[in-house]
Amino acid sequence: MHTIYNFVSGPLVWASFIIFIGGTIYKLFNMGFLVKKKDVAVYAYASPYFGFRSIFRWLVPFSTLNMRKRPLLTVVSFVFHICVLALPIFVLGHISLINESWNIRWPHLPDPVSDAMTIIVIASCIFFVVRRKVMPEVKFLTETSDYLILAMVAAPFITGTWAYNQFAGYKIATILHMLSGEILLAAIPFTRLSHMIFYPFTRGYMGSEFGAVRHVRDW
Amino acid sequence: MREPGADVKYNIKDDDIIKGASFLTDDKIANVINEVIKNETGAKLRAYVDTCVHCGLCSEACHFYLSHDNDPAYSPAGKVKQTMGEMLKKNGNVGVEAIQRMSEIASTECNVCKRCSMFCPFGIDIAYIMLVVRRICNKLGISPKYIQDTENSHAATMNQMWVKEDEWVDTLQWQEEEAQGEIPTVRIPLEKEGAEIMYSVIGPEPKFRAQLIYQAAVIHKAAGVDWTMPATPGWDNSDMAMYTGNNEIMGRVKKAHYEAAMRLKVKKIVMGECGHAFRSVYDMGNRWLGWKMPPIPMIHAIEFYADLIRDGKLKIKKKYEPPVTLHDPCNVVRGRGLHEKARYIVSQTCENFIEMTPNREHNYCCSAGGGVINCGPPYTKTRVEGNKVKAEQLFRTKTKGAKTIIAPCHNCHGGIEDIVEYNGLHMDIKFFGDILYEIIEKPE
Repeated sequence: MHTIYNFVSGPLVWASFIIFIGGTIYKLFNMGFLVKKKDVAVYAYASPYFGFRSIFRWLVPFSTLNMRKRPLLTVVSFVFHICVLALPIFVLGHISLINESWNIRWPHLPDPVSDAMTIIVIASCIFFVVRRKVMPEVKFLTETSDYLILAMVAAPFITGTWAYNQFAGYKIATILHMLSGEILLAAIPFTRLSHMIFYPFTRGYMGSEFGAVRHVRDW
Repeated sequence: MREPGADVKYNIKDDDIIKGASFLTDDKIANVINEVIKNETGAKLRAYVDTCVHCGLCSEACHFYLSHDNDPAYSPAGKVKQTMGEMLKKNGNVGVEAIQRMSEIASTECNVCKRCSMFCPFGIDIAYIMLVVRRICNKLGISPKYIQDTENSHAATMNQMWVKEDEWVDTLQWQEEEAQGEIPTVRIPLEKEGAEIMYSVIGPEPKFRAQLIYQAAVIHKAAGVDWTMPATPGWDNSDMAMYTGNNEIMGRVKKAHYEAAMRLKVKKIVMGECGHAFRSVYDMGNRWLGWKMPPIPMIHAIEFYADLIRDGKLKIKKKYEPPVTLHDPCNVVRGRGLHEKARYIVSQTCENFIEMTPNREHNYCCSAGGGVINCGPPYTKTRVEGNKVKAEQLFRTKTKGAKTIIAPCHNCHGGIEDIVEYNGLHMDIKFFGDILYEIIEKPE
């Protein structure tokens, strides 16, 4: 058990961060070169002003027609994304580990807040699964990989709350928590989770086209 | 769940798609698909395919989806799944039957109106993907028959309607004579070098809406515009090759158009009330030819008329009385943001204006644009029944009192005419040119 623990909490952490950061840089450069080679017009039409205008507009809840049309989904999506991104960075457990290793720390979330956020993430994942099962237009598009991605996102949060609350088998849960978190991190650049990386570029490009060429809003 | 492409017998309606497919083999299809994807697409397609999280949020943007009781097969991402998605998943090995259906989906069940790009959180350009599918089908020789014919016409005559050079000049002279019957001083100046503007129209104007050229001549005369039209090929600004995906011909047609304007040494091109032509001259044709923006300033009739009214060059005798509503055409509203200028013209020329909802950049497409109306009679029902939601939108506007629909685009005009007739809405459809011609102070 200790060997496995040491492995997932040591080398595997490094590996997953290297894959995540390296993979992200690789994907970005790869795409950048591909744009230069095949879609060079993208650079010509890219407009920082209109690009960022669009990116920020779509980051504000209820600021686009489609967000207003689907209030429940808008709330769930925003809350879900905020929790998924913020929780791993500000949860006390993670900060303590980093503090132990490198003696640096930053403010952490109170435990009840972290607990609530974890439950929000898990509940949101269930919401997305139900949405995929129930709504015909989403069901039609859904592939097995879409469920896998949701499972990958949910796993570290389920095991995290399990370990933190010290339910039965929490020692294994701790290992699974670290492992699933590492898998998630490493998978970002290579799965549809890469929408995290490409969002600013696809959105920014559409914003540039609509704003600078078409002189119209894109929301 | 319906699995696209698998053991489904489709009832293909189009002669050319059926006949063209008889020359195809599975290998040939795979080769062309992979060739286009490998050589002609790149980061954009890759990023769009990788980024789409299959959320289905684009669905409600599409009039086809809404009009088919939310059938997911008609949602924008659903259409991508059934076409480009299959092509990528199977490395081009989709087979003859599936590619026929893909040609129909891309050419007749999507108007490439880009409304879905405003609904997608990632701004994925689904219209672009559909145009790539159309290009693949065009290379395979299975574009729908009627639009293929207009493409052939572009290739042979540089205009959309097989209008011969002498017929073009003849039509202009005929319309000039007709107009002179009303106002003896009206001219349609041909080949006037150094004129302020070159006025260009789409092929169907001389072919079957020639009165629009008459009206334009009267409006130009009333406003004292220094204008001309070319007597040579290049007068037609329309471009169905852009919509079949034959970009090479699109480039030739646009080049002839720009060159006509350069030869005449005009300061700018003004185009009649057409949407797709605007897209091709302002957005797509120039890009194919390597121009970031058109090589010569180019404005749409809406902008032109709005300026003439603002500058006091057109005097309004009496405002148009029947209550009007305005249909915002995708290619000049989502394509150029002319919605407020269009409303300015309405405010200056019409007594009563009733907005349809949704409007401006969120307006529903007419379902005729994007080359769909040009796919001809086999698909009239597809586009009219595929736009029930437009009929409902128009009906709601009618119940508020609107009698006349202003549609400043040829394709919208034709499409809405069919929708109005099919649904028994009994509303008039007019261009801005029709209204202006009716209400301006005309010269002696």
